[in-house]
Amino acid sequence: MWLYALRRILYAVPIALGVSIICFGLVFLAPGDPLGSLLPPDASQADIEYLRGVYGFDRPLPVQYFDWLMRVVSGDLGNSIQSGRPVLTEISHALMNTVLVSFGAVAVAFSIAFVLGTIAAYHLGTWVDRTVTGLSIAGVSVPNYWFGVVLVIIFAVEFNLLPAMGMGSGGSENFSIFEWEQLKYAILPIATMSLVPLGVIMRNTRSAVADVLSQDFVQALRAKGLGEWAVARHTIRNALPQVLAVMGLQFGYLVGGSILVETIFNWPGTGFLLGKAILTRDVPVVQGVVLVLAICFVITNLCVDLIQTAVDPRIKRG
Amino acid sequence: MTKHTFGRNLIRWGAAVALASTMLSPGAASAETVLRVAMTLGDIPAWTGQPDQGYEGYRFVGFNLHDGLINWDLSKSDREPALRPGLATKWEVDPANHKRWIITLREGVKFHDGSDLTPEVVAWNFARLTDKTTQGFDPAQFARMRTRASNIDHVEPLGANQVALFTKAPDSFTPFSLTNFLMISKKALEKANWDYAAYAKAPAGTGPYKFDKVVPHERLELVRNENYWDKDRIPKHDRLVLVPMPEATTRTAALLSGQVDFIEAPSPDTIPRLQSAGMTIVTNTYPHNWTYQVNMIDPPFNDIKVRQAANYAVNREDVAALLNGTGEPGYAMLPPSSRYFGHPVKYDFDPEKATALLKEAKCFPCEINVAMSTAGSGQMQPLAMNELVKSQLEAVGFKVNFNVMDWSALHDISLKGREAFPDIDAINVSRAPMEPYNGILGFVMKNRFAPNGPNWGWFSTDEIDALGAKAMETFDEPQRDAMVTKIHELTVAQAPMVYIAHDLNPRAMSPKVKGFVQAQSWFQDLTPIVVEP
Repeated sequence: MWLYALRRILYAVPIALGVSIICFGLVFLAPGDPLGSLLPPDASQADIEYLRGVYGFDRPLPVQYFDWLMRVVSGDLGNSIQSGRPVLTEISHALMNTVLVSFGAVAVAFSIAFVLGTIAAYHLGTWVDRTVTGLSIAGVSVPNYWFGVVLVIIFAVEFNLLPAMGMGSGGSENFSIFEWEQLKYAILPIATMSLVPLGVIMRNTRSAVADVLSQDFVQALRAKGLGEWAVARHTIRNALPQVLAVMGLQFGYLVGGSILVETIFNWPGTGFLLGKAILTRDVPVVQGVVLVLAICFVITNLCVDLIQTAVDPRIKRG
Repeated sequence: MTKHTFGRNLIRWGAAVALASTMLSPGAASAETVLRVAMTLGDIPAWTGQPDQGYEGYRFVGFNLHDGLINWDLSKSDREPALRPGLATKWEVDPANHKRWIITLREGVKFHDGSDLTPEVVAWNFARLTDKTTQGFDPAQFARMRTRASNIDHVEPLGANQVALFTKAPDSFTPFSLTNFLMISKKALEKANWDYAAYAKAPAGTGPYKFDKVVPHERLELVRNENYWDKDRIPKHDRLVLVPMPEATTRTAALLSGQVDFIEAPSPDTIPRLQSAGMTIVTNTYPHNWTYQVNMIDPPFNDIKVRQAANYAVNREDVAALLNGTGEPGYAMLPPSSRYFGHPVKYDFDPEKATALLKEAKCFPCEINVAMSTAGSGQMQPLAMNELVKSQLEAVGFKVNFNVMDWSALHDISLKGREAFPDIDAINVSRAPMEPYNGILGFVMKNRFAPNGPNWGWFSTDEIDALGAKAMETFDEPQRDAMVTKIHELTVAQAPMVYIAHDLNPRAMSPKVKGFVQAQSWFQDLTPIVVEP
């Protein structure tokens, strides 16, 4: 187990290096100038050249990359061109906010989807199954940013039950999930972000449980006279690893891909930060966020693999 | 004492205690009035001096925390703002040397940290934005000020309350530029060891609001400066909270749900909903144009007939209708309310004439490539507007291809000019002709050809060039303004842009927000706003 974990961590190093090269290069391939948003529309060429020198964009790309990589290795992701603040500080604040809603979304989605998916698998072909399947199709098909706007209209605008945006009057620095006055700001973002995982996990749970239920050992358990609850326990335990893997992937997707939802809710997470950095060509922030998110994704997958191994003793990886 | 009397006394005592506690409670007696504003920006503008993010940065942070030597008078809504004394009470060009301005400073002004505004501090403020060797020089702020600072040589203290400002060339428009140079406390920056990151925790300007706290990327909170030098502009609310909120739907929802009190630029389709909820919608004309700035050197727009055809092809009333009251037809570079408008030729909608001109120009069908963005600063509703304009242009014989990109990519094209992008015939970048030098002359003078200025398409005529140069050296304001007006008329006749619309700067606010006067400007004064409980 530990050897497996160590091997997976070592695998992550070349993956992170590859990601770093790709994200560094892609940023420069995109049209637009990283200094464009700093300069007024009528800045002279001489001023542009001066700024290039100040920010180090006048050097060849490989030199810039190597320099950046050396700093990254020592934990320095540089400073944001826009705000002047350290990228690592910017990302760590934003990442906490994104992880909070992503974790909430996956937890909500898993709780509902696993129950409904299991029920559907036990009632294959009935109206219950068709309803759950319809819900899961809706979950993966309805754009979550649209769903978010609808939730805002209903719960914030029409009924004024929940706030429409932000993290409360104190902002993220004073946010606490243990206080309702602040926690309520996270409810609509969490509900919106849970939509896609809900559909995906529900569908996977249904097929995984149905698959296990069709296997011979379940018949054998029943033939031995086990009660249906005991059979269900065995079934769920066998189906769980597959669902956990999907859940982990969904968590990774949410952490890395919440730009639209965070923009709608003005939620100051990595998606919001990344979207802004892309639009202003804030190269250090884009590079830093992409790298950190990629590493988060790798770590999430690693954790899921380890949990799977722990849950299902048949999986021997060590 | 009977039971009855005892009961009455108890009630009286209870009422007295309740009343006394209400009166003594600081919260109840002096509840803080807060104005919460949702900006369209994606981030809080820099608050350490010269703000970033264009005029919105100046509008909300720059001019609230700081003052220029000269300010804009934003107190009227029925006329274009004029310049008014700011930290300077008087300014005049030296009759013997037109490259030297004598500026008299307002006495007794203090920065928010208590330090004095002195001629030395003013000179240092200019140096920190122009001279790379000055302690406190910041490349980012230097970059932001290049447009205004490029002609400023240096500033010298002159006696107890004056400074002498030297320009590199005579420039009668210098007072307009001075509105953008914001004064910060040298002492506060020195205390922060000349580090702007440290200074950002306790910035000190002279403006009507003082910095209170910030949550980076989320909210900036300013409080009333009780000791503001301009007693008429001491804010009528206690606290101003600025929240960046780039998504229009979010801003609307935030206002409707009571999370903010004042939003910028609601989208046109949400205005009826806001009105039905009792929100106040305000609009006003101001110098903002939404145009296609064309490549004047290469075909097809190097032919005036093609440029005029495009202008005759646009049905501006339809564009304004699309904007649902948030924009007005744009027939020229400036809106008619501008003091420099004059009597320019008017390109009324005339599709037959447009087709005839295209045929005369032997460009029929006439294929053009237009670079446009999906969103961006001042770009209004770029997708819907461009689709409509494309259909109008194609109805008369143009064939329009759009190069659709994000704002940053379009901004880059705009900076580098037509020469760097020969395949692009026109760019859809909205402009802010706020003041004559950068807002008008910048688009028509040869020395401002991109990449050395905003004249993207390289428009110039000898007559306009000569007139522009003369205006810069004319220090008699009425004479100079007449020249600028003439330049506007001559420019529109040459149609270096396809004039389409002017924004009307819509804003929506809660019914409890009173007293806002919307100036005909990119800048606005929030200080008169009263927030009712």
